[in-house]
Amino acid sequence: MSRQHRPGLGRALNIFGPFIGLLLVIALFSLIPEVQGRFLRFANFKSVATQSVIVALGALGMTLIIIAGGIDLSAASNIALSSVIAAYAINAGAGPLVAILLGVLTGGLVGLANGGLVTRLRLVPFIVTMGMMGIARGAAKWIAGNQKIDAPMTWVNELMAKSPTPSWLLIAPGIWIVILFAVAMAVLLKYTVFGRHIFAVGSNEATARLCGIRTDRIKVLVYTISGLFCGLSGVMEFSRLTVGDPTVAVGLELDIIAAVVIGGGSLSGGEGSILGTMIGVLIMSFLRNGCTMMGWPNYIQEIIIGAIIIIAVALDRLRHRSA
Amino acid sequence: MRDASAAPPVLRMAGVSKSFGATRALDDVTFELGRGQVHALIGENGAGKSTMMKILSGAIAPDAGTMEIDGRRYSPSGPGDGLRCGVSMIYQELTLAPHLTVEENIMLGREVHAAGWLDRKAMERKVREVLELVRHPEISPDVPVGRLSVGAKQVVEIARALLNKSRILVMDEPTSSLSQEDSQRLFEIIRGLRDQNVSVVYISHFLEEVQRVADSYTVLRDGRSVGSGTMEGTTLEDLIQLMVGQKFTQLFPRVDHAVDGTVLSVTDLKGTRMTAPVTLTLSKGEILGVAGLIGSGRTEMLRALFGLDEVEGGTLVVSGAALAGRRPWTRIRRGLGLLSEDRQGEGLALALSVADNMTLSDLAPYRRHGVLSPARQRRAAAEWIGRLKIKAKGPGQTIGDLSGGNQQKVALARLLHQKASVLLLDEPTRGIDVVSKSQIYEWIGGLAREGKAVLFVSSYLPELLGICDRIVVFHRGVLVESRPTAEWTAADLMTAATVGRSSREEHPDQRNAE
Repeated sequence: MSRQHRPGLGRALNIFGPFIGLLLVIALFSLIPEVQGRFLRFANFKSVATQSVIVALGALGMTLIIIAGGIDLSAASNIALSSVIAAYAINAGAGPLVAILLGVLTGGLVGLANGGLVTRLRLVPFIVTMGMMGIARGAAKWIAGNQKIDAPMTWVNELMAKSPTPSWLLIAPGIWIVILFAVAMAVLLKYTVFGRHIFAVGSNEATARLCGIRTDRIKVLVYTISGLFCGLSGVMEFSRLTVGDPTVAVGLELDIIAAVVIGGGSLSGGEGSILGTMIGVLIMSFLRNGCTMMGWPNYIQEIIIGAIIIIAVALDRLRHRSA
Repeated sequence: MRDASAAPPVLRMAGVSKSFGATRALDDVTFELGRGQVHALIGENGAGKSTMMKILSGAIAPDAGTMEIDGRRYSPSGPGDGLRCGVSMIYQELTLAPHLTVEENIMLGREVHAAGWLDRKAMERKVREVLELVRHPEISPDVPVGRLSVGAKQVVEIARALLNKSRILVMDEPTSSLSQEDSQRLFEIIRGLRDQNVSVVYISHFLEEVQRVADSYTVLRDGRSVGSGTMEGTTLEDLIQLMVGQKFTQLFPRVDHAVDGTVLSVTDLKGTRMTAPVTLTLSKGEILGVAGLIGSGRTEMLRALFGLDEVEGGTLVVSGAALAGRRPWTRIRRGLGLLSEDRQGEGLALALSVADNMTLSDLAPYRRHGVLSPARQRRAAAEWIGRLKIKAKGPGQTIGDLSGGNQQKVALARLLHQKASVLLLDEPTRGIDVVSKSQIYEWIGGLAREGKAVLFVSSYLPELLGICDRIVVFHRGVLVESRPTAEWTAADLMTAATVGRSSREEHPDQRNAE
């Protein structure tokens, strides 16, 4: 019978693979003389991190969904809808905290609807969330009257400020929120029964059911949590734009999914990690940042990120085969 | 060996019957399993073993009969219920989550936790204990199960069942994909289970290992229990006789045909999925039967012949041309045709029409300047429908709507349509009605008379004996014997397929791999 594989190189690659990718990207731009000076600075890193907040929050939830073997195409529409709701609430005179809660809850409700439809109607997540993508986007435009909602400035808009107040925060409160929730989700996945069952459902749903796990409940919870994160992400979007824009974040769901996949998530379920996903988010942000500094046009960035996604997944498969 | 009569049985099945449509899968079956006993369930493919297992696990409910565990009525509402009553199934690596670790798999659904927080230490301790119990302490709890060998996976399954406090383990062909060494270790584990008063229902085709590991046996044939007893004092020949019975009454339409000239010659051919190289020849007008258990390597050989798997070594010569590689189209061009054993999954495109399915492998005649003419396709298909007496509304009907027998006829018609001269038929009569079966036998005879060569893989011995000129037998990936049909008996075939050598020879090679 097999001598078990030592948790050696394969496992190290598993954890550090995306990390090496991130270091490579940073090293690459650090070596280019034209941008070196501006790139390798705390202020620049801070701005990259701030730009990552919205995708990062969405990707936290998406990681859970992808580990559980699902997908959520409605994430970006959900973000737009939540940002519109938050703006709408403030505009209507609600306090900032109430507005934030409403935005987050809206996201959660969309997620709950996704999970409910996937489990009750036994529909493929791809289809359900593709439908929800249109519904949420349409709802956002409807509520906003097909235009941007201007809202008075409140402390909500401070969440994404690059120079935060109070200044001892060092980085935008939004980044702290991401870090906080990333740690929470990583702990959830590793140290709770719920987290373990998410992996089980994604790895082999039939087995999970056979072992008495209520797979439907796991899925509904996962989609709801992911929806809540999209809601929070929407609030950050509103914070950044200071208006509720129903046309924001179009296509962002693909960035979110890409981050999870670059970070080692498998679209067939059972694999993925919060750390990996966060690194995936940073890889894409640093690439964008560096390309912009180089003065490369947008299309170059798109081509590079597209290639990175394919390379990341190809490397992942290669690693699996050798393991 | 323990005395079966000493303790009251832990499981008793009485008068259990189950029908699927018109087929009676189980007919008044009685089965008793003693405490701490290993009881072998033996029978040919289709004898009713898997139905019985499903009933025991709770996956399906019997039409009639009763089951008792420890004297209490047992009527599970589903597999989960069966599990709670202490009945665990060990399938082949089906029920493990590959990405989860050994510990996570074993503890799945039974995690030790405080308010949702995992107690990893406690779980690891439990897992180590249970791995100790199955005598595999070297398996590390934190390795993903997907990286383990098949043998180790099976140990994990057994460990999970033990942790579940199962009193009855049902093992379905546990050694079919194990190496000799892993099988030995499995037998040791099973003996260990016996000492812990766990009872085992052991389903296997490999009679020698059954003899070694089991205390008692029950033989199923055509859905009935035809014999049971203690393994001691029972010979292989006794078991085989019970398995095959006396059922050679069915008449097979024999079509006279002459055999001449080699058309397919295979020397030491080794495909990627084959465990051993194979050498055989096939002549024009010959019907060559291929016997063996499911999983004995017959399909893998056909896949290599037809270029569905990569050919690693050896030569394949068809009508004088050497073929290699993983390129089915080169085989089709040389006149090879394959009928897949997996009609629904691979053989047919179920959503397409009868005409499309029939002509898919050779669309050239219906194409002009790159444009396909569906009308001519349908006309050609209509002709075949008439010739093969296929019951369909017409060539445009979706093939998924036809009965299994008629689907199979369409699949065969495709081979005839592409003018194959060497037909590789993999279980062509599986799961189809009697009338279609005998029609298929007749065509195969007719094809041989036309000078076509047929390789006929089947798990149903009577039909092999009924229509073939020669029969070869596979055992665990090795072609162990070839004889003219007249020199085979059903018992010989069964012996060769289950033991790896025929009863006449005196142990030509004791298969001691290690």
